[in-house]
Amino acid sequence: MTKPIAEELAKKQKDISVAEFFERNRHLLGFDNKRKALLTVVKEAVDNSLDACEEAKMLPEIQIQIIEMGNDRYRITVEDNGPGIVKKQIPNIFAKLLYGSKFHTMKQARGQQGIGISAAVLYAQLTTGRPAKIWSRISPKDPAHYYELHIDTQKNEPEIIKDEEINWKKEHGVKIELDIDASYQKGDQSVDSYLKQTAIANPHATIVYTNPKAEQLIFPRAVEKLPKEPTEIKPHPYGVELGIMLKMLKNTECRTLQSFLTQEFSRVGPQTAKEICDKAGLFTNMKPGELQLPHVEKLVEGIKNTKIISPSTDCIVPIGEDLLEKGLRKEVAAEFYTAVSRSPDVYRGIPFVIEVALAYGGAQPSEEPIRLLRFANRVPLLYQQGACSSTKAVVQTNWRPYGLGQSQGALPTGPLTLVISLVSVWPPFTSEAKEAVAHYPEIIKEMKLALQEVGRKLGSYVNKKRRVADQQERVSIFENYIPEVADALSRLSGVGKEKIKEAMQKMLAKNKEYIQAHKEAHKVEAKEKKETEEQVKLAGFEDE
Amino acid sequence: MSKKPKETIEELGKELTKEVLAGKQPIMDVPIRALTNVTFNRKTETLQLGDKTSERNFFNVAHAKKFLQTLEVAAVSKELLDVGKHASLRDVFYMVKRTIPNTKTNVVDEQTESDDAIEDLEVLTGNSREQLNINANKMGSVAGHVVVEDKGDEIDWSKMGSGGWSIPSNVEEIKFKKVKAKYVIYMEKAAVWERLHEDKFWDKHECIIMSSQGQTTRGIRRLLQRLSQEHDLPIYVLCDGDIWGAYIYSVLKYGSINLAHMAESMTIKTAKYLGITMEDIEKYGLKKHLIALTENDYKRIAQLQEYEWFKDNRSWQKEFKIMKTLKGKVEIQSLSSRGISFISEKYLPEKIKNKDWIE
Repeated sequence: MTKPIAEELAKKQKDISVAEFFERNRHLLGFDNKRKALLTVVKEAVDNSLDACEEAKMLPEIQIQIIEMGNDRYRITVEDNGPGIVKKQIPNIFAKLLYGSKFHTMKQARGQQGIGISAAVLYAQLTTGRPAKIWSRISPKDPAHYYELHIDTQKNEPEIIKDEEINWKKEHGVKIELDIDASYQKGDQSVDSYLKQTAIANPHATIVYTNPKAEQLIFPRAVEKLPKEPTEIKPHPYGVELGIMLKMLKNTECRTLQSFLTQEFSRVGPQTAKEICDKAGLFTNMKPGELQLPHVEKLVEGIKNTKIISPSTDCIVPIGEDLLEKGLRKEVAAEFYTAVSRSPDVYRGIPFVIEVALAYGGAQPSEEPIRLLRFANRVPLLYQQGACSSTKAVVQTNWRPYGLGQSQGALPTGPLTLVISLVSVWPPFTSEAKEAVAHYPEIIKEMKLALQEVGRKLGSYVNKKRRVADQQERVSIFENYIPEVADALSRLSGVGKEKIKEAMQKMLAKNKEYIQAHKEAHKVEAKEKKETEEQVKLAGFEDE
Repeated sequence: MSKKPKETIEELGKELTKEVLAGKQPIMDVPIRALTNVTFNRKTETLQLGDKTSERNFFNVAHAKKFLQTLEVAAVSKELLDVGKHASLRDVFYMVKRTIPNTKTNVVDEQTESDDAIEDLEVLTGNSREQLNINANKMGSVAGHVVVEDKGDEIDWSKMGSGGWSIPSNVEEIKFKKVKAKYVIYMEKAAVWERLHEDKFWDKHECIIMSSQGQTTRGIRRLLQRLSQEHDLPIYVLCDGDIWGAYIYSVLKYGSINLAHMAESMTIKTAKYLGITMEDIEKYGLKKHLIALTENDYKRIAQLQEYEWFKDNRSWQKEFKIMKTLKGKVEIQSLSSRGISFISEKYLPEKIKNKDWIE
């Protein structure tokens, strides 16, 4: 007992590798349960393939196959026709967590952190012990490479089991095969549903999918044009918090605060940079590396107090009204479609665009809540619907004028599929699993405006449909009542029933204006009825 | 009535058929049966139906169903008249009720609809429903030293046991053979009637006691009218001390809004409201039995106060005023707190002797 206890404790204190951390916290990355794990693995691979194809300006063609191997074990294969990956990068991309190209840029993409696919590899390793198998080829002139990889969870480094050149028919592209513990179920949160929704938001992609029941689903592309390539932007000062500012100051090569501000941020010119420094009480010629924490706090405060124009919005590429509607049309059978694309707006200095589409009617159930499909950067969000800002926007919109049923604080009911898509250089998710969009007032406001816009179009369609139905109902009322009235009149007058019936039917056919309800008569009738009811209600002792 | 009921119904059908065959829209002009179309005739002191009508056109979505209902009821009535049989309101409801082919709609869903159609038929043809061979249910008892003849049977109202004679819905054909009574007491409550019957009130005081089970039926109103007109008997009305009692009296004396078209044949001009009056509450110590007025009570009081036939009636306006200040109402049976036969031994004899009533 002579040694201080801290010394004892110090023996146990050591580095935790990222891989080890995620081994214990797999739910953070979407591996909470077996069903969700299957979806997450497919999703990470497909997202990567789509991003790669688009970056290389190739129309994506992705094949997914899931084979059931018994004992809750599944083999997942995802293959694309993208640019492939150069040999030296293969182990890092697939077997090292937090390795990627996208984290350091401000550019619209599906992936962000460089965790996704390597987390899937890690999950396979943890549940089945099998290595990830990777095929890659970058051009017909180059050989195809085949790797079998593990992750060294202590060091967060790839562990290469096999590395060889092989024959592969594919000219270029990547194929990954993983064996994982999983469970397969159909339904709203299934891989089937995820791929179908991916097809809606990515009408330029062809997806061929074979599910564990050996059913092949083909989602062909609806358009032969790639979306415009998103451009990279520098961060906007409004979106930068203290921690990131500190890091940027440390890493910058600029030698003065003035040049740091103008070169590392978008929308900051010499004039604005000077104003920021003035407001922060700092000199423009200070060295970024020498700023102390109190200075940085002042700097962030100074930015807040300076008026800076919004970031440019050409860096984001919305799906587009036409394409979104096309995508919806090919995957959801309905009778009425419409879509709306809002102009870009900004949250916390980050530009974004909201797009909404809907498909109404058809065989969709009319007594159930509507189907809400959510997308962030063209990726379907299948979990955490309740926590998503799009759900909030839908619930806060009054749908009754647009012809749907709705009770307070609930999704509307009706035969409707509603698509809400957020496109941004940095979609704000509520967690790393990227399942729900965070509640920024600017985002919810844009969503509501878009919903109202499509809602109005829906409303006029539903009302028109209702008017036609009413008209038909009126005609059929008379058609059905005429034989009855003719019968009663015949019994009273002794004139033949058929004769009366024919005369009345002739009148109905000839004079369509009969079936226009007389508005005046309606009013009188209603007034009379109310009066009588009032009297009867109160005169409890009226004659029987 | 110049024309026979059957003829008027057939005429309605023939008229509409003629219109249809001529290519005209079939339309019925139904007199409106609501307060807006009811006037109070000060000379005869009865309610009268005005001449406002509402057009009922078959080729109007809002009217088509009612149009059909009225015709169906008319056809049923004609067939009843053809074979000389009577049907109850309930019977008629079932005779008319059926699903219209190719639809999910019934001709009538509830009896109130067929009842309503029958009332329309009454105003359209100028016949009472009894004349159309449609009867209401029997509801009400009578006892007294009276002998009548009904369908060939002789009936002595003093020898009908504990239940009394039950009043039929159609009393037109009844002949009075012997009437030995000084007055008639009509009461809204069957339980009170039973009390008086058990106490042989009608025997001791040489009168007729009559009650309904709830509402005052047309049969009872007509019977009271005949006793008043043909035998010159005063009619005393005994009700709960509340606004609804006042309205029962109002209907008996002046006619009802709904049946204003036949008020003439049913009103009893000499009817007197015996009790329970607001003064009785003080006089007979009933204050501790007051029941608080409801919102509906207040509404109804305001309506009755405005009725033309009550507007200038000072004693009734006084009643309404006291009702509102007392904020309460009493039941007839509250008199039992003074003793089970207090009503027959003390209350009624005293009230009648002192002419303590409201008109």
